[in-house]
Amino acid sequence: MNPGLRIAGKDLRKEFDRRPVFRDVSFSASAGETLLVTGRNGSGKSTLVKIICGVLSPGGGTLTVTQDQDGPVREARNLFGLVSPYLQLFDEFSAVENLSIAMGIRGLPFDPAAADGLLERVAIYPRRHDPVRTYSSGMKQRAKYAFALIHTPPVLVLDEPMSNLDGDGTAVVRAVMAEQRRRGILVVATNDMSDIETYDGRIDLNERR
Amino acid sequence: MSAARPSFRLFLRSTGAVFLKDLRSELRTRYAVSALIMFVVTTISIILFSLGSEGASPDALSGMLWVVVFFAAMSGLSRTFVMEEERGTTLTLQLLAPPGAVFFGKLLFNLVLVTGVNAVTVVLYSAFINGFVIRTMSIFVVTVLLGSIGFAAAATVIAAIIARANTRGTLYPVLSFPIVLPLLLSVIDATRMASEGAFFGEAAGEFQLLISYIVVVIVSSAMLFEYIWKD
Amino acid sequence: MVLKILLGVLLTAVIVSGFGLPMSPHPQAWYELPVIPGLEEKARIIFFHVPTAWLSVVAFLTSMTYAIQYLRKRDLAYDIRSSAAAGLGFMFCILATITGAVWAKFNWGSYWNWDPRETSIFVLLLIYGAYFSLRSAVETEEKRATLSSAYSIIAAVTVPFFIFIMPRIMTGLHPGAKGDPEGAGPVVEFKMAPNMRVIFFTSLIAFTLLFYWMFTLRVRTAELETYNQRRG
Repeated sequence: MNPGLRIAGKDLRKEFDRRPVFRDVSFSASAGETLLVTGRNGSGKSTLVKIICGVLSPGGGTLTVTQDQDGPVREARNLFGLVSPYLQLFDEFSAVENLSIAMGIRGLPFDPAAADGLLERVAIYPRRHDPVRTYSSGMKQRAKYAFALIHTPPVLVLDEPMSNLDGDGTAVVRAVMAEQRRRGILVVATNDMSDIETYDGRIDLNERR
Repeated sequence: MSAARPSFRLFLRSTGAVFLKDLRSELRTRYAVSALIMFVVTTISIILFSLGSEGASPDALSGMLWVVVFFAAMSGLSRTFVMEEERGTTLTLQLLAPPGAVFFGKLLFNLVLVTGVNAVTVVLYSAFINGFVIRTMSIFVVTVLLGSIGFAAAATVIAAIIARANTRGTLYPVLSFPIVLPLLLSVIDATRMASEGAFFGEAAGEFQLLISYIVVVIVSSAMLFEYIWKD
Repeated sequence: MVLKILLGVLLTAVIVSGFGLPMSPHPQAWYELPVIPGLEEKARIIFFHVPTAWLSVVAFLTSMTYAIQYLRKRDLAYDIRSSAAAGLGFMFCILATITGAVWAKFNWGSYWNWDPRETSIFVLLLIYGAYFSLRSAVETEEKRATLSSAYSIIAAVTVPFFIFIMPRIMTGLHPGAKGDPEGAGPVVEFKMAPNMRVIFFTSLIAFTLLFYWMFTLRVRTAELETYNQRRG
């Protein structure tokens, strides 16, 4: 675990069509901590998740990611892993190919053994060479976990972590979450409090309109 | 930026990986290539039917070649971005790659696609259209190459824009035409020179123009792409 | 207020003198305009047509400048200005095209001849048309602003290429162009008779002020509209 790891948002806000989705969102989380994001539908959970992952620019405020004493990281892309219902894999490729494509585009070396291990863990190993478009929605969700974890990200962001998963899948996700807490930062966005047992900080977007 | 070396190499690796991903996807689905080739074949046969046995002046024929190229490009080059948007993988790419790597990877893919299709077009066109004769091959080859690069450059950035809009089909040629018109006019002129048998040096002005067009479009697209790509 | 009075005075002066001053083959008095062979009374269009065309270019540049500002600051106020300028530019562009086409019918015998300047205004019309079709195809305001700004910048960097291409592929018909049968025709701006020049430049200034006034009006209406939408 990297003790210098920290993400912090300060006065984040976002508008769509001039209507504020949320405003004045501030938070911080350090290595070993879990951040919980809650809010009813349309309160901007997914928007905030995208801002945290750096794929959406906030309408105002700042997001800083630090890894060590060198100050804020400018290219934080490879520090994050995301699982969410609106994230899609490249569905003409198989699960293994998706993992190797992901590592290639991230500019990181691909380790087939590590990929096989991950796919085994999320229980899609037998179908790892089939195109993702032939998977059921539960299998796609499992494949997304492999996709998010292949580069062992210091920050793991889970939006609706349990969607489409059966009992075995939920157990795997719980294990992944526990492991991530030991390794770095875990961010979970959900409305189902049974998804998560403990958390260190909580952003309730219902209060930030 | 100061420690540009390793991060630049990383950038190149990402760019190459984006390109390879699109290339493999295309080889697997053949979506763009088949649409493009069918378009070229259809258009050339329409030209053949409408010309009948009459034939047209070399000037008109060298212009018509680029009409085929323009509309073929408009039917296939938006695919790289539109497919990502339609399948919801835009976010996936945003997570994986810096915007510049996405842009240059896709530009490279479009470049390969359009050069390949233009080669097929030129071969079919010269084989089937009587009266289309190239006297200065060197001018023609350089024109087709530079024209392909220019088309790919303009088409890529416009594709990135329309992929983010709600209605896409008709918008692509509408937005592209004013942007590629300078390119179109100068490749048509250079092709006319090639069919008239001008010396290579006489087309130098056209080539300078094409090269500067390519540079200007690529540089400004690369600068604007991050804004287009990230919401 | 001062602006409006000044604008009224200038435009009245341009209209009255542009249409009203007599033309004579050998101008003696200061108010007599010279007769230009081949153009005669038709020369009067220069006081109105050229400023209209000039404004459609000024509006295009204004729109692009605000587009750059929008991308830098991400403030929708700049997008309102950018699209307001483009809207006016589109209007002036259509006016310049129509006045030019009517004049061309009487002077060159047909409405459209693909002379370099006709081609340039046609391209400008296409760009404006494309810009507004793009805007109507995007629903979210922020996205619409970003995409249309990007498009207008791309268009603005490719437009200058026409300046180099057109002389190669077409011959000019416009008075003052190289291919003009009358050689370097007398209507080339710097060779204009002094009194014509005064009217011409007054007209340019008046039209520019007109643009500025209409622009501020449009921006204010657009801002009030969005204010109403937010409350309603």
